[in-house]
Amino acid sequence: MSDPYAPLEIHDLTVAYHKKPVLWGVDLVIEPGRLIGIVGPNGAGKSTLIKACMGLLPLQSGWVKFFGESFHKMARRVGYVPQRESVDWDFPVNVMDVVLMGRYGRLGVLRRPSKADRSVARACLEKVHLLPYANRQIANLSGGQQQRVFLARALAQEADIYFMDEPFAGVDAATEAAIIAVLRELRDMGKTLLVVHHDLPTARQYFDDLLLLNMNVVAFGKTADVFTAELLQKTYGGRLTILSEVAQALGAHGASR
Amino acid sequence: MSRTASRALLILLLAAATSPVEAAGVREFVSSDWSTQIVRFFTLQDASVRFALIGSVLLGLSCGLLGSFIVVRKMALMGDALSHAVLPGVAIGFLWNMTKDPLAILIGATIAGLLGTFLVSAISRTTRLKEDAALGLVLATFFAIGICLVTMIQRLPTGNKSGLDKFLFGQAAALSAEDITLMAIVTSIAVVMVVAFYKELLASSFDPGFSRSIGLPTRWIHHGLMLLLTASVVIALQAVGVVLVSAMLITPASAAYLLTDRLHRLVVMAAAFGVGAGMAGAFLSFVGPSLPTGPLMVIGASALFSAAFLFGPRHGVVARWLLRRRGAARTQRENTLKSMFHVMEATQFRTEGVTLHDLAIRRRETIDDAQRLGRDLVRHGLATLSGDALYFTPSGRKRAGEIVRNHRLWELYLTQSANIAADHVHEDAEKIEHILGESVVRDLERRLGYATFDPHGRAIPSARTIHGGDARREGGNGSGK
Repeated sequence: MSDPYAPLEIHDLTVAYHKKPVLWGVDLVIEPGRLIGIVGPNGAGKSTLIKACMGLLPLQSGWVKFFGESFHKMARRVGYVPQRESVDWDFPVNVMDVVLMGRYGRLGVLRRPSKADRSVARACLEKVHLLPYANRQIANLSGGQQQRVFLARALAQEADIYFMDEPFAGVDAATEAAIIAVLRELRDMGKTLLVVHHDLPTARQYFDDLLLLNMNVVAFGKTADVFTAELLQKTYGGRLTILSEVAQALGAHGASR
Repeated sequence: MSRTASRALLILLLAAATSPVEAAGVREFVSSDWSTQIVRFFTLQDASVRFALIGSVLLGLSCGLLGSFIVVRKMALMGDALSHAVLPGVAIGFLWNMTKDPLAILIGATIAGLLGTFLVSAISRTTRLKEDAALGLVLATFFAIGICLVTMIQRLPTGNKSGLDKFLFGQAAALSAEDITLMAIVTSIAVVMVVAFYKELLASSFDPGFSRSIGLPTRWIHHGLMLLLTASVVIALQAVGVVLVSAMLITPASAAYLLTDRLHRLVVMAAAFGVGAGMAGAFLSFVGPSLPTGPLMVIGASALFSAAFLFGPRHGVVARWLLRRRGAARTQRENTLKSMFHVMEATQFRTEGVTLHDLAIRRRETIDDAQRLGRDLVRHGLATLSGDALYFTPSGRKRAGEIVRNHRLWELYLTQSANIAADHVHEDAEKIEHILGESVVRDLERRLGYATFDPHGRAIPSARTIHGGDARREGGNGSGK
């Protein structure tokens, strides 16, 4: 990665829904080649942050730069895995159709996916172990398989920075393992990944860095430095259920040492 | 319901206030003899027949094509609102130079339609009202204004008003050469745009968020689609009528949706269904009793939908019913095999065959029933009947062993892993035994440590005994769904 600029730089980002701010003054500089987890309570603005970065939501203030340029100019280098529930899985498309959509950003207007695009899509399906399902209608897949279809589509984008919105939500253990393997492989290729995640114990295992978010950045740094009872309590606002979860996670970690 | 009722009331009032809205068929424009009418229709002797037919084909094509996208985008009600919202525009287009100038009407109607859709999104965006309420509100308001304007125009002393009343129910025979030209232009544009931007339409319909993230102008795609939709509603208006034109958008596409899992096929099918329904409407209106074309076209489209609903190969009612019945028949056969297995098990497999008498006792049925079940097994090559005894064929023996194994494995799994009492598990296993696949069975066996006895102390047939030594050989065969 010879880019002189950081893959992602966020400056004073504020986002509001109906004038009610959901994210306040977020400042971040993201390094290349990191696997970053975004954690925080419900309504903390995790999805909002990644959507705002890609211009899917209007910004109240601030700016976002990808490799030193606006998102618009760099859209081709940005990959996205939306939440699985955000689409209608009864839609009349098959697995291959969806994965090919990952190539659309590279194709110009009026151009159809070529043979080369198809072979990229097939390779991406192979990576998530879904090649045998290429011609299957997407409704006839399990939740974990649907999630992997979205991941394959993002892989087909061949982007340099990826945003993933809860890719582990409601998936089986096999899918979770397959996804994390792919994410680590991408990280090792020097790509940057920002992953919205809601499960604290696994967040600690999976991510190099953690971004603790609750309307603003509570903490951002190496997982080992940030995953502390104090900072997590600050993020989750002392809610007991979460605290016990954290205590358990810390305990499990201590025991495994 | 109340919206439909109020709409009907408005139409009645209009009919009473002005000269009655005559439900004039194409036939009234030409002479009337039933059999010669059919000949005239198919030989296309009359210009009015030609226009009606070409017009129906064009409107069916553009409505089916664009309707596909509003159906998959879940905007079907938008089509309804749009078709009603254009009516004031039609009236204003007429008032522009007091004649039925197709272009002026198209422009007026398009502006009204776009204004209507804009208002819908403005209301749902800025107030607490959701889109359904906004649609109903705008639809009714625009339609009411349109009815008033059309009524006023028909009372005006001047101007050539012929054909304006056809905008309510539609009359393909009222189409003029200029109308046809405009229809051809709009339909061609729609076809070219859909083909050219198919990939963008597909992506933005399926996943708008992702589409925007890769830089597709989803908002412009939406506006473009709405513009094309409005134009195709307007050209269809004269032949189908305001009241029913949305059905020509929704019905062919819905029928196609039941028949295919790929969008490009859905679009082509919907266009074909639209053309078919349009032609059927024009034909029936010409040869049949004096009826307006619009309702006939819509009935044609609905007939296609009903056919797809009932006879669709995968999602159709009949196909699903057959599948269920086949499943039920297979379950019954498997239960018979299981009973044979149980009878033989009771004698420690010392006998080869199972008499119908023993089978009937085991199943607590009559001999006749047992004979019927036995014959069903014979028909499917699972057993042979000789004298009054049934003998397993190798495949029947294998399936019987599998079913018994599945049943007992499942019972064991439920009692061991799910902590369900042994006397609670039989009913569940009765269903599960027929649907367990081989891979799940392997997994269960592994999890249960290759247990040899079920919770009731009966032996679980092992893979070796079922498959005669080689478990792999016929592995995929009997593991039905």
